[in-house]
Amino acid sequence: MQRAIAAAEHLVPCILARAEAVPGFAADGMLSAQEVFSQQLVTGLSNGMIIALIAIGYTMVYGIIELINFAHGDLCMLGAYFALTAAGALGMEAWSGAGGAAGLVALLVATACFCGALNWSINRLAYRPLRKASKLSLLVSAIGASFVLVNLGLFWGGLPMDAFAGGTSAAAPKSFPALVSALPAAQVGDVVFSRTDLLVLCVTVPLMVGLTVLVRFTRLGKAMRAVAQNPTAAALMGIDVERVIGATFAIGGALGGFATVVYSLCNQTISFQMGYRMGMDAFIAAVLGGIGNLPGAVLGGILIGVTRSMSDQYVEARWTNTVVFGILILILVFRPSGLLGARLREKV
Amino acid sequence: MTMETAARRLTTSTLVLAAVAAFPLVEGLLPDAWHLSDQLCDVFVFALLGLALNVLTGFTGLLNLGVAAFAAIGAYTFAIATCEIYPFQLGFWGGLAATLAVGVLSGLALGAPTLRVRGDYLAIVTLGFGEIVKDVLVNLDGITKGTQGINPLPAPGILGHELGPRGQYWLLLAILVLVVVGVRSLERSRVGRAWLSIREDELASRAMGIRPDRAKMQAFAATAALAALAGALMASRLSSSGEPGNYDFQMSVLALCIVIVGGIGSVRGTLLGAAVMVGMNSVVLVKLTELVGGGDAAPPASLEGLHGLDRAWHFLGAWARNVLVSPTNWKFLLFGLALILMMVFRPQGILPPTEVHEPPPGDGESPPGAPRGASA
Repeated sequence: MQRAIAAAEHLVPCILARAEAVPGFAADGMLSAQEVFSQQLVTGLSNGMIIALIAIGYTMVYGIIELINFAHGDLCMLGAYFALTAAGALGMEAWSGAGGAAGLVALLVATACFCGALNWSINRLAYRPLRKASKLSLLVSAIGASFVLVNLGLFWGGLPMDAFAGGTSAAAPKSFPALVSALPAAQVGDVVFSRTDLLVLCVTVPLMVGLTVLVRFTRLGKAMRAVAQNPTAAALMGIDVERVIGATFAIGGALGGFATVVYSLCNQTISFQMGYRMGMDAFIAAVLGGIGNLPGAVLGGILIGVTRSMSDQYVEARWTNTVVFGILILILVFRPSGLLGARLREKV
Repeated sequence: MTMETAARRLTTSTLVLAAVAAFPLVEGLLPDAWHLSDQLCDVFVFALLGLALNVLTGFTGLLNLGVAAFAAIGAYTFAIATCEIYPFQLGFWGGLAATLAVGVLSGLALGAPTLRVRGDYLAIVTLGFGEIVKDVLVNLDGITKGTQGINPLPAPGILGHELGPRGQYWLLLAILVLVVVGVRSLERSRVGRAWLSIREDELASRAMGIRPDRAKMQAFAATAALAALAGALMASRLSSSGEPGNYDFQMSVLALCIVIVGGIGSVRGTLLGAAVMVGMNSVVLVKLTELVGGGDAAPPASLEGLHGLDRAWHFLGAWARNVLVSPTNWKFLLFGLALILMMVFRPQGILPPTEVHEPPPGDGESPPGAPRGASA
């Protein structure tokens, strides 16, 4: 009920807080209009890249079994809880230097593995038995899976660990340690890139390149494209369709795992309800770009991220959702299959 | 559907209706745990919402993930039309009439621009519409009172007499029965058959002389009007429009689950789906919570000085005491598992529309009223 509002309320100030954390903002007080614009552009881009990484998980699954995987955002939420548990149990906040960097990489990889395995299992338990059922049944099953994951997040947040504030209130948002500071790290012209911005780029760009290579040039990628085009024909060519679908879920989930760690490091607050907002943004991004289309998901993610930060700056934060959804609807009305989506003719 | 099944069904429906209508009379004789007429009113209202969605998604095959937006529009229209702080003060029935009118308009407003948008893209447009309506209601707090909601609203009355709880129960039931009869007749009418044929094959139905755009607009209008009616009745029951956050994605999802769990495209299924889903939400879980005793969170036990298995044991114990004892904490888990199991073992819903799965009997002797046989 208050889920969406709560999520939006904690997301918006976080984005604003990040902008303020860049010293140029606070110190001078006065920034030229141009500087404000480019700074918002950086913030938007870096949020957009995170959204895009999650959107890829949606679009891959949609491309292959035409399912809006409602559980994907909540999967990312559980990934954030996993990362917080690991970071808290190992006391990673105190690690510094090379150890800290190695720990961060290990945290990213471990969370990605966790999310990949979880997404694979969800597919196995909740979606695979429904291959022959209608698409609506599959959608309801995905909604069910999303509810289950939200509830698991609630339970998880009640663990009596220090990282979860002793678990006194399972439902309360948890603070995520700032393993990477938001201090400025690089400056290009007047634009300041914080360390978290660079982290986002260092994590997302190689993953997207790697995924493109995987889909274009490997056997598995070829099999994925074949199954997306025509599962029956693919099966007749000797492709193990179920294995390919499982791999798609695992890869999409793993990308979500990377994204959620970066997201948590940037925003430093996680809650068991954040999956809805994360999933919503990512899903809009996927649809905006043309669902089933990988470059489309990235383009959509960046557009959503930049639109959000621009709207926060130039319209008003409380109208940002309306602006984003309004643009989404307008684009779909005039380009019903998304920006880069193939224009499908209806088959007779 | 043969004449016998039709007759049997009519008998069953009459018996169920009589039992539900008589419930407030015998309620006093039952043990406390069975005082459920309030929850039944919730079932009625959500059955209305489910029926509304069933027109667009079940009959016409257009997935709508934002039906709560229409309910919100209905609730706020009703509130603004009736609350004493606004100049209109149309009273309960005037408020309902205004709600239906505004509902139709909002349905057309969403339907007209989105006729070209298909399938899952349409689902996303409706989802976005739901979020926009909610945010606009929150942000225009000068008119909508933001999160406080608009209140008080007049209680329903007939001929100047305010209705008591029992009267309201029967009124809601009567409205529901009216809507059920209306939706059933719509389904069997010319426009209803057009909806079904669009769902089955839009191109073929166009070739048969149906105008899909017009039929879709009619479906949008009917869904919006009924959902707005459901919203207005929700507001009237609360005597407040409630906060905009009440009409969120979860309400839309609940409506969708009601339709799909009951059996998509089936009116009887939707009614049963409402009973199951609302019953699970506001009866089973609440009773479980009472049974366990409210789930008061114990302070977390100290783990100082404990090691190994002992520590693990106390850790788990503290976790269980904090979190697991309260059944309300299990709500989403049970809800989600029920949905998944339902879909895995009975994807067509509890009471699917029989006409789809049974081939029409014999040599086309189905009576003119048989819905699916006529359009197949």
